[in-house]
Amino acid sequence: MDVRLPALSPTMEVGTLARWLVKPGDRVRSGQPIAEVETDKATIELEAEADGVVEALLVPEGTEGLPVGTVIARLAGVDDGFAPAPSAAPGVAARAAPATAQPVPPRAAEGPGPTRRQSVREALRDAMAEEMRRDERVFVMGEEVAHYQGAYKVTQGLLAEFGEKRVVDTPITEYGFAGLGVGAAFGGLRPIVEFMTMNFAMQAIDHIVNSAAKTRYMSGGQLACPIVFRGPNGAAARVAAQHSQNFAAWYAHVPGLVVIAPYDAADAKGLLKAAIRSDDPVVFLENELLYGRTFEVPQGEHLVPIGRARIHRPGHDVTLVSYSIGVDVALEAADALAADGISAEVLDLRTLRPLDEAAILESLARTHRMVVVEEGWPRCSVAAEVMAVAMEKGFDELDAPVRRVTDADVPLPYAANLERAALVKPADVVAAVKAIL
Amino acid sequence: MARTGSAGRVRQAATPAEPGRLDAVPEPERYVPTAQEYRAFYRLMLLIRRFEEKAGQLYGMGFIGGFCHLYIGQEAVVTGLQAALRPGLDSVVTGYRDHGHLLACGVPAHAVMAELTGRAAGVAKGKGGSMHMFSVPHRFYGGHGIVGAQVPIGAGLAFAHKYREDGGLALVYFGDGAANQGQVYETFNMAELWKLPVVFVIENNQYAMGTSVNRASAEDQLYRRGESFRIEGLQVDGMDVLAVRGAATVATDWVRSGRGPILLEMKTYRYRGHSMSDPAKYRSREEVSAVREHQDPIDRAARELVELGFATEDELKAIDREVRAEVAAAADFAEQAPEPDLAELFTDVTASGTPWT
Ligand SMILES: Cc1ncc(C[n+]2csc(CCOP(=O)(O)OP(=O)(O)O)c2C)c(N)n1
Ligand SMILES: [Mg+2]
Repeated sequence: MDVRLPALSPTMEVGTLARWLVKPGDRVRSGQPIAEVETDKATIELEAEADGVVEALLVPEGTEGLPVGTVIARLAGVDDGFAPAPSAAPGVAARAAPATAQPVPPRAAEGPGPTRRQSVREALRDAMAEEMRRDERVFVMGEEVAHYQGAYKVTQGLLAEFGEKRVVDTPITEYGFAGLGVGAAFGGLRPIVEFMTMNFAMQAIDHIVNSAAKTRYMSGGQLACPIVFRGPNGAAARVAAQHSQNFAAWYAHVPGLVVIAPYDAADAKGLLKAAIRSDDPVVFLENELLYGRTFEVPQGEHLVPIGRARIHRPGHDVTLVSYSIGVDVALEAADALAADGISAEVLDLRTLRPLDEAAILESLARTHRMVVVEEGWPRCSVAAEVMAVAMEKGFDELDAPVRRVTDADVPLPYAANLERAALVKPADVVAAVKAIL
Repeated sequence: MARTGSAGRVRQAATPAEPGRLDAVPEPERYVPTAQEYRAFYRLMLLIRRFEEKAGQLYGMGFIGGFCHLYIGQEAVVTGLQAALRPGLDSVVTGYRDHGHLLACGVPAHAVMAELTGRAAGVAKGKGGSMHMFSVPHRFYGGHGIVGAQVPIGAGLAFAHKYREDGGLALVYFGDGAANQGQVYETFNMAELWKLPVVFVIENNQYAMGTSVNRASAEDQLYRRGESFRIEGLQVDGMDVLAVRGAATVATDWVRSGRGPILLEMKTYRYRGHSMSDPAKYRSREEVSAVREHQDPIDRAARELVELGFATEDELKAIDREVRAEVAAAADFAEQAPEPDLAELFTDVTASGTPWT
């Protein structure tokens, strides 16, 4: 009977076999831990699903990057009368690795110079660590940021380097610690407030909007609030409605806030560093599904200016405008369109407030057609805003109505097929482009 | 109303059945002021009262708009507490009933009044108004219009003091109504957990708009609200500036010695309506006039100043004249000062000064 590496978290694609807890010839009982597996988020014990004898361990300890589904051991059935249940995947029910597990072709990061391959997660961590080294006033607070190393491992290693004074685990008290962070910023510090996910920041949105965003104005310019509110935003995988929502439009609505939603690792790093240095309150929207993705990141000091969009892929027939994980969808759609001889330009907004209107309009002036791609609801969305810009300021350049391709206008369902149907996908983008060509 | 003429603590918060559950805060003494100090307290209380009366008049004349919450009756609270702070170091934050706090922090009356009339010379350039005033040079961090929001903000200011190791503390004022906000308890928990240097002050003026404490609070002894977070509480006669000043010494000593937060419940009373549009249906005229007649903090200070030989009647009258003149000048200034330039509409939105579209 094969033991396969199971998916131990909703977004796991690869794992590390950290340690074997059994050796060949050992008898194991159902439920007994047989190995320690490290995922992108945690270290988890893998349990035997049935009684048996370890026949062979097929993967040496310390093997990294094992795709989910890899056969890692073989168990022989035992002769005590119970035939082991024939199962394709003992252990936790394994899923086939999703298509996105294939490496994404590297795309040129901004600027010349040497680069190295890094995950978005590592890039974010490095951004924080570099800024904390540079400026004593910068500290991180949030749930599980210190000893647990981050619920999504984004703050991994920060506690060891900076200690408990600057890496602060909070109680589960979003409204309270968001307000406390604002007060600390008023008091001259530069807090980075991590929300475990942005869904939970709804409990704190009063302080983000009323206390952080408005105070500079209300105080006649006396009191700045240099703070970064960050965390994963948008749909993750199979976590359903209350844990899957894109709040970009909510925050982008508010004067006084800066709203950033990067796609790749280079932008994640460069923009987070810029956000930490900004004298304005920044809402920094990450994406859980992108955390483990790797991209080329410039080595050395890397800052990306706030408020500038970026052309990820030049083209001349149509502009696909997007941000965050929507860029991924747009790039895939652009590949598919290219196969049909249609050249699509992919514009990554990167910053949603301030919105780089000039970049939107320049691209429109080249392609004369536009489709906005957003992993989020359609109504009153960032897509709606981009369409308004195109209509108000780029009307004469338009050869066709601007289209938006978004998630379905429903709370995100759990069932795998319904979830797939609800989320924005490249085929929808391709269809929208073809409809306006 | 809490007892008067004594140390000010009515009851100590603690559950004696569990010794050591809370640390023992020393019994506050009623403060023994010098003549000069007591006269300064008297003058500040009077300034706040006359200022607020004038603000009420300007509101009636249409010079002040929107919500305007007067502090009349509560003057002893901010006067006694602010006197224990180290100006330029300690931080202060409160809610929307903030005019008195600004004056007590030393912000000039004309700058506060001009903010009320929405003028460029206002302490927030006319952009904040009555409820949202700030003065960073005075370490006054607002002026917050969302009930309870100032409480975690104040703890954050304390966090910054502790982080920077500058020896400062944060003084956070909030109302009896605000004391029912969930974020207050989220903050209590973190403040005690991290031993933040913060003095929480509940200004219990008996009402949140028209809702009396008893109608809104299951535990109406608000000084006990920190108990489950191991935060010591003291109940203080907030109508006696010397009782307040005495409690302020205990509280600030406690916090400065690194023992974490402390909670003061100031039993006080507001004479005027909640804001300028108050139906005055939820309490009787008799109730208000009884407090005014028997417990007024300014009358009491005046009597005592004379009894102690710290001031003559004539000297008190002279202080009154001086204060009236100061307030009248502030009002004249605030009526005549120019409104903000229209270009100010788009400044101060972000660090770059202009809003982004
Ligand atoms: C979150 C929130 N809810 C409601 C209000 C409306 N409101 C303003 S003041 C107030 C009463 C607060 O009373 P209290 O805390 O006792 O302070 P006081 O006005 O007596 O100084 C209410 C309900 C508000 N500003 N914020
Ligand atoms: Mg009240």
